[in-house]
Amino acid sequence: MLKCQECHERPATLHFTQIINGQKREIRVCEVCAKEKGYIHYSEEGYSLHDLLSGLFNFDTPSIENQQGAFQQVQELQCPSCGMTFNQFKQIGKFGCAQCYHTFHPRLEPIFRRVHAGNTKHVGKIPKRTGVHLQKRKQIEEYKRQLQHLIETEAFEEAAKIRDKIRALENDGKIAGEDA
Amino acid sequence: MSLEHFMNEAISPWMREDGPDSDIVLSSRIRLARNFANFPYPIIADEEKLEEIRLFFEKEFAHQTFQHYGEFEFIPTRELSAIEKRVLVEKHLISPNLTKFSQESGALIAQNEQASIMVNEEDHVRLQIYYPGLQLQQALEKAFELDDWLEEKITFAYDETRGYLTSCPTNVGTGMRASVMVHLPALVMTGQINRLMPAVNQLGLVVRGIYGEGSEALGNIFQISNQITLGKSERDIVADLESVVHQLIEHERNARFMLMKERNTQLEDRIYRSYGVLKYSRIIESKEASNCISNVRLGIDLGMIQQTSRTILNELMVLIQPGFLQHYAQKTLTANERDVLRASLIRERLQLES
Repeated sequence: MLKCQECHERPATLHFTQIINGQKREIRVCEVCAKEKGYIHYSEEGYSLHDLLSGLFNFDTPSIENQQGAFQQVQELQCPSCGMTFNQFKQIGKFGCAQCYHTFHPRLEPIFRRVHAGNTKHVGKIPKRTGVHLQKRKQIEEYKRQLQHLIETEAFEEAAKIRDKIRALENDGKIAGEDA
Repeated sequence: MSLEHFMNEAISPWMREDGPDSDIVLSSRIRLARNFANFPYPIIADEEKLEEIRLFFEKEFAHQTFQHYGEFEFIPTRELSAIEKRVLVEKHLISPNLTKFSQESGALIAQNEQASIMVNEEDHVRLQIYYPGLQLQQALEKAFELDDWLEEKITFAYDETRGYLTSCPTNVGTGMRASVMVHLPALVMTGQINRLMPAVNQLGLVVRGIYGEGSEALGNIFQISNQITLGKSERDIVADLESVVHQLIEHERNARFMLMKERNTQLEDRIYRSYGVLKYSRIIESKEASNCISNVRLGIDLGMIQQTSRTILNELMVLIQPGFLQHYAQKTLTANERDVLRASLIRERLQLES
C-alpha cells in the first residue's frame, strides 16, 4: 500500500493532481496530513475570492483545539500588539498589524498554502533601505550556491573568483556577526 | 493645482499616449500594498493612529515631485463629496474602498495621474502606476522606484520569510497586483471568450470587469490580474501575466481577421449601426452606450471609421459613468436624466471630432 508522502506512516487515501502554472504534481497523502497541510479545498466551482477566504477560515482547525478541548477554557491566541484574537482574524480574514503574523504563526501555513497555490515563502523584493543586510546575506547565499556548483564541476578558477566575492561581501560591514 | 484638476477631464493625460499593442491593451497597472511596521492596520486601528499617518503623508509627500509624473496633490477623502469620490473611482485614481476603513483616508495623486498613492485604505499604503498599452515591466520598474522613494522615509512591515506584511493574507509577500485592461470585442462576438477565460483562470489569473471585483465586463473590456502574491517574484508574476496577455492579443487579432474575412458585411453593419446610435440617439443607457463604444472602437482599429481618434473612446467610457455625468451637471441626476445627458454628451463629443 502507498504510504502518505507527508507522514510516511498512514496509508495515502487521497490522491490529488495539482497543476500550477502548467506544472503537474502528484500528491498522495492521508486525510490527516491533507487537512494539516491544507491540501483539502472547499468547492472551487464558480468561486470568488471571498468564498475561497470564508471557506478557508471556517475550516475545522486541526489538533491544538481538539487536544486542549478537555480543559474547558482554551487559551486563545491573541496579538499582544493590536489585541486581535485568532477567532477575530478567522471571521474578518484580515490581520490587525504586522505582529499578528508572528502571533498566529503556527496556524498560518495551511492558510497561505491554500491562498497562494502551495507557497508559503516570499521570494520577491527586499526593501531597499531597511533590507540592506538581508540583501547582502541573500547575495552571499546565492554566491555560495554558485561556488558549490563550480566546485562540483571542477571549475576552480571561476570558483576562486566567487570565493573572493563572498569574502569581500562578508568583510564589508557587520554582516559576519549577524549570522550568529 | 487642486482637486478640480483631476475632475475636469474624463481622460487622464497619460492615456493620450500610445503604448505597445494599444489596439487591444488599454492600460497596464502595478499596485503595491505596504504598511507601516509599527502601526496597527486600518481595519483595527484607532482614528488617532491613522490621523498620524495621514498627517505624515501630507507633511512629507504632498507637493513633492516624483520623476516626470509631476507634483503630488494630497486629497483627503473626508473633504470629497459623494460625486467627486465617484469620479475619482471612475477614473481609477482611487478605489471604491478608500473610505471604507477610516475617515483619515486620502490619496496622493500625481499631476499627470499616472501615479497615485492611497493612504489608509485596507493597507496603510497602496501605490499604483499606470502605463498605456502593454507595459507591465516598465510599470513595475517605476512602481519599485516609487516604493523606494517612500521607503526612504517609512519603515515598512516586512518579514524575511513572508515578505511585505499586508492586512489581507491574499496580498502577503509581494503585495503586488499587476493588471491589464484589455478590449476583446471579437472574442466576445465569436463566443471564444467563454472558452478562453476559464483557461486564464486555470493559470492562476483573475478576470474581472472594468471596475474591478464583481463588476460587469462593460464594453467588452476585461481586467486580468495575478491571484498569487507569495512564492513568486514580482518579475516572474509580471512575465507570466504578460505572456498570457500576448496570447489573448493573438487570439483577438485572429478573431478580428476571421470576422473581417468571413462576416465582413455583418461586422460593418454592426459597427456603423453603433456609430449611428452614438451620433444620433437622444436617450441612452450606460450598457448600450458601452457596447456601441466598443463596436466603434473596433471600427477604428479595423480602419473602417477614420475620422475619430482611438482615445476619444477611452474618454467616452469614463464620460458616460454616473459619477462623471453628475459632476458635469453639478447636481444629482435620476437614471432617466442621466440617460438623456449621456446621449447628449456623446453626440457633442463625436461632433467635435468630425
